[in-house]
Amino acid sequence: MRIRTALPCLIAAAMAAGVVTLVAGDPRQTPPPAQTPPPQVPPRQPSEVFVPIVGEIGAPPRLAIADFVALPAAAGGSAAVADKETAAVAQTIGDVLWEDLKFEREFYLIPRDVIRTVPAPRGIDDVRYDRWREIGADGVLIGTVQKTATGLLVQARLLDVRSKASGFGKEYSGSAGNPRLYAHTIADEIHLQQRRLRGVARTKLVFASDRDGERIPGPVDLRTIKEIYISDYDGASARRMTVTRVLNNFAVWSPDGRAIAYTSWRQGFMNIFVAYIHTGVEPATPAGGGPNAQNWLAAWSPDGTRLAFTSNRHGNPELCVINIDGTNLRRLTNHPAADTTPTWSPTGTEIAFVSDRSGSPQVYVIEADGTGLRRISKEVYCDRPTWSPAPFNEIAYAARTGPGNDIKIYEVATGQVRQLTFGEGTNESPSFAPNGRHLAFSTTRWGRTQIAVMGRDGNDVRQITRDGNNFAPNWSR
Amino acid sequence: MQTRQVTRKRLAAVAIALIALWTACAKPQPPVVRPAPPPPEAAPSAPARPPAPPQPVSEPIPVPAEPLPAEGDLNARNLDELNRDSPLQPAFFGYDSSDLDAAGRATLDGNAEVLRRYPRWTITIEGHCDERGTAEYNLALAERRALAARAYLVSVGVAAERLRTVSYGKEFPFDPAHTEEAWSKNRRAHFVITAK
Repeated sequence: MRIRTALPCLIAAAMAAGVVTLVAGDPRQTPPPAQTPPPQVPPRQPSEVFVPIVGEIGAPPRLAIADFVALPAAAGGSAAVADKETAAVAQTIGDVLWEDLKFEREFYLIPRDVIRTVPAPRGIDDVRYDRWREIGADGVLIGTVQKTATGLLVQARLLDVRSKASGFGKEYSGSAGNPRLYAHTIADEIHLQQRRLRGVARTKLVFASDRDGERIPGPVDLRTIKEIYISDYDGASARRMTVTRVLNNFAVWSPDGRAIAYTSWRQGFMNIFVAYIHTGVEPATPAGGGPNAQNWLAAWSPDGTRLAFTSNRHGNPELCVINIDGTNLRRLTNHPAADTTPTWSPTGTEIAFVSDRSGSPQVYVIEADGTGLRRISKEVYCDRPTWSPAPFNEIAYAARTGPGNDIKIYEVATGQVRQLTFGEGTNESPSFAPNGRHLAFSTTRWGRTQIAVMGRDGNDVRQITRDGNNFAPNWSR
Repeated sequence: MQTRQVTRKRLAAVAIALIALWTACAKPQPPVVRPAPPPPEAAPSAPARPPAPPQPVSEPIPVPAEPLPAEGDLNARNLDELNRDSPLQPAFFGYDSSDLDAAGRATLDGNAEVLRRYPRWTITIEGHCDERGTAEYNLALAERRALAARAYLVSVGVAAERLRTVSYGKEFPFDPAHTEEAWSKNRRAHFVITAK
């Protein structure tokens, strides 16, 4: 059973967008293209029946992901074979889908050299069930790519190899500008439908980078600036968001993905800027800010209405909360020690943060109204807590473990702590993925400072950035 | 720290002094015990004859041991030049600490003296950390270092309105090496003259 799904404006905007820049104090503003929110997945039709592909008891389902088939163009004319461009797109979609499905570790993917012993399908209905059974697959994914007048038509079907029933079947149309997005969409929808799992293939990372190598002019050497960048969760399509030529860092996504809050020194002191990245409007400073009231390290509440942050307006760094429109400033801590780097619990009722009131920086939790302070870490030194989203309830942080730092996770319910990295360079600034199964973090294990992702068990570390030095990642919803 | 420039004024003063000595031989000198023969150099109209070298007891030309810059000297430079060769020295801190030690206080005493001499200067005190701590907490630690330097200067009489602070955490190390020596250079309160 086929379902048509359109991905119109999102893909068109991505193709036409080029670099979307956010300009502050720079008279040359580049107006970005209009973006509409991604369309809703159409409701299930009552006649559709989707069979979950299952493996043997206790084992993950074994999937054969066939290479995507490039079909001749729909308005084909005399061309009986697909052109090279379609073939390249089909290869890309297949490769990206492979990586996306491997990322969540929900399926066992039969190795590609074994896959290629089965004759390649020639169309969506060309399924050699006997051959797929032979190589031990529980399910087989067949996909096709075809050029249309307006862009691409992509089909994907997941079939149970024994019963031949359909586990998943969809058709997608849109522009050819971003083939990877088709693969990411298919992966997310397969994970949702087959494994009841919210995948992260269409999520984004925001981070700070010095890859442009720009330096601040002036009497002090070596002041290389950092600008804010975003990329796909796998590091593709990195694009710069700020053009300030000063230091910027510690960017965080709003829960609805439409804004980024970050700390910038563009006014000569630390202040928090909120940029609505699809509008090209100058960023706002909801926390006010001045040389004697500096603000840094913002964290969005899960409902997107408030920012928690650090401010020194009371004389020393204290935790504050303010509405995103700049109203109703509340001071949460009142102690001469430094109270900083907040992160919200998934329910928005608690905030974990770092305080050095005991003599060294440790992680504390406080209610969002400022009551109920308790310490949860027992490290020599630790920093930058990040609270996992549901269904997990744990707080990751960077702990000093030697000359450098490592990522550890504290389970709120049990108080147990587990360590995820073990001295591979220094590992800092963790940020949970929106399904709680992965963390992004910065690491020096490959030489410079780079963004990496790993599972919440510490396995499957992947390098995300390669250009310049990259810092303080944050994972969108 | 002090200017090494010799101004034209000083050169002129020296020249004038030398010329004065040259032509002043007939003028009364401070008490000199000498035998009575008439000094052959008494004739003022013999300029061609080279003057006798100054008598060892004649008055020496006053020259200060450490020349203080005249009011216009440092202020004649632009801010970039001034900050590149700054009369204001950074105060350094121990690991994980924002406490000033005796050396730090002595440095700040010297800075306070410079700031008294140039009362129109405004300063930004930058706090910095070494690379070993984490970036987020280091913003607060560096902030405390800048505030500690500021508080000390205020306590020795520098006007608070002249001193701004900013924290750079570990974002801008002065020495990027991964050595103890580099780290100790990076843990500092750094002074930048922002107006003069």
